[in-house]
Amino acid sequence: MKPLLSLDAVSKRFGTSPSLAARLAGLLGERRPPSAVQAVTDVNLSIEAGEVVGLVGESGCGKSTLARLAAGLHAPSRGRVLQDGRDRAGMSAAERRTAALAVQMIFQDATAALNPRLRVLDIVGEAPVTHGLVPARDRRAYVAEQLARVSLGPDAMARYPHQFSGGQRARIGIARALAVKPRMLVCDESVAALDVSIQAQVLNLFLELRRDLGLTYLFVSHDLGVVEHIASRVAVMYLGRLVEVAPAETLFAQPAHPYTISLLAQTPKLVPGKRRFQALPGEPPSPLAPPPGCPFHPRCPAAIAVCRTELPLPRPVGAAHTVACHRDRGAFG
Amino acid sequence: MTAPVLALENLSVGFRAGGREHVAVDRVSLTVNRGEVLGLVGESGSGKSVTGLALMGLIEAPGRVSGGRILFEGRDIAGLPEAELRPLRGKRMAMIFQDPMTTLNPVLRVETQVVEAIRAHERVGAAAARARAREALVKVGIPAPDERLRAYPHQLSGGMRQRIAIAIALLHAPALLIADEPTTALDVTIQAQILAEAQALCAEMGTALIWITHDLAVVAGLADRLCVMYAGRIVEGGPVADVIEAPLHPYTAGLIGSAPSRNARGVPLTQIPGMVPSLVDRPPGCAFAPRCPAATPDCAAPPPTALAEPSRFALCRHPLQPARFT
Repeated sequence: MKPLLSLDAVSKRFGTSPSLAARLAGLLGERRPPSAVQAVTDVNLSIEAGEVVGLVGESGCGKSTLARLAAGLHAPSRGRVLQDGRDRAGMSAAERRTAALAVQMIFQDATAALNPRLRVLDIVGEAPVTHGLVPARDRRAYVAEQLARVSLGPDAMARYPHQFSGGQRARIGIARALAVKPRMLVCDESVAALDVSIQAQVLNLFLELRRDLGLTYLFVSHDLGVVEHIASRVAVMYLGRLVEVAPAETLFAQPAHPYTISLLAQTPKLVPGKRRFQALPGEPPSPLAPPPGCPFHPRCPAAIAVCRTELPLPRPVGAAHTVACHRDRGAFG
Repeated sequence: MTAPVLALENLSVGFRAGGREHVAVDRVSLTVNRGEVLGLVGESGSGKSVTGLALMGLIEAPGRVSGGRILFEGRDIAGLPEAELRPLRGKRMAMIFQDPMTTLNPVLRVETQVVEAIRAHERVGAAAARARAREALVKVGIPAPDERLRAYPHQLSGGMRQRIAIAIALLHAPALLIADEPTTALDVTIQAQILAEAQALCAEMGTALIWITHDLAVVAGLADRLCVMYAGRIVEGGPVADVIEAPLHPYTAGLIGSAPSRNARGVPLTQIPGMVPSLVDRPPGCAFAPRCPAATPDCAAPPPTALAEPSRFALCRHPLQPARFT
């Protein structure tokens, strides 16, 4: 069977538009290379139906861009995004619409994602009616059903987003995504802004929906605890590239990339007892000027000469476990 | 035993709105000793940040400290006039905030701001102050300090800005540092760096540290003692290991159960139903009762203090461990 979604050597570049001064200088004959951010570079990732893939990384690593590529909100600059084995770029307009409905995105900031001037009835009910999934006369009942699935009562329909708490707004965002009967949800930091007790409620809801509707997830988060809890497979991203992909048990028990190892070591754990916090030196480099060789080498405790010049390509190190690193796990423990 | 650096006795803070005073911080008592790290944990709206601001005398109208005492180095500083607070703030006690961009002045170079903080409390020449500023940046692990001193805040990364805020806070080796979620907006690797710096520097100077956070995991490895706040009150306090391993209050137990990392993969998390009550309509009696699995009709009355050991307490009628009531 073909994977539900497959990213094939996908890259995404964003050009930075030149400033007024730079444009004037250009008119006067000054030649400068155009600056561009390489947000995502050569990513290969397949997601099978029913899988929950976690995507972790720090700010600026390109994980949100990758999520948007997966959800079809960005078109790749290079590479292909295949849905059920078919390239999205080669689809007809009608096919593309059906394909887009199947993969829905849930955003971090539910307040920004919901139109403040629409009532919940319209927010949740607009898309299914427009796309002909539900006749307009059945809209109310259909929206009530979607809201019930996220534990909101039908009285919510008449209200505006600002009349809800953060956790309830997150639920409305989920109900809106579910209303078009998607097969896959792309969640971009969807629980990051919520308090711990509310976050637990929403995570439980995701697990429940997966069980009841057989949904597939791409779950983007900077929080390793959340990903460890929910994901069956995890991809770790650094500076636009996937540096490690492994089943969740393997990744958390035997991480192989030095970056994954230090991320795991530095995540605060709910285990009492004073720890000496050991810090990884430096900060992620700017994607405007990525370092040569392995993007992680300036901060890597295990870097050797070859890391400074040659880009490590992903290679298999175990069952469904790939790592982009020149060194063997045993070489640096 | 020496006197604690800070002792709060029944501190209350209220905000006036619509002709009523709403209580944001309700009879909070706690102590912090020299060199000790106290974790103050709570969700949004629990009153943890307002407690921090009240300690620094930073509550502005329509809010006010409506009751209790703030004993700092043995002296009650609640309601001290501005002129008497100024020599303390930034020198004996300092605070760092979640967003360093709001602490730092965006139109002044880093150097100007650090030098200003030095000379606000000490008579030193410009050159000597500059040298101290440089040294302060080195201490918090900032590479290329000369370059950073010349920079404006917007030219620095979030982690770098937070280090500068810490460098400024620790300039005069204060007796007390209040850290209000300083790592919440930072990435994991940068958070670990900031935790490492703050931990090492406070230990070196004997500075007492109050670390305010919503993230129990952050303080689990950092603090000596924990206080858990809910709806304006400290509902549980005690040594970190005891609170996390054997919580007394059902709310603390719920918080721990909600943490994904403590739970088996894919198994539903313990969930606390409902949400934090709003400041304007808190339930009478125990504010947690409407969400509490152990609540009984008695919980409509103010909760008693349950003591497990002298240093372990919870505001609860139905503590989860054997305890006696006072």
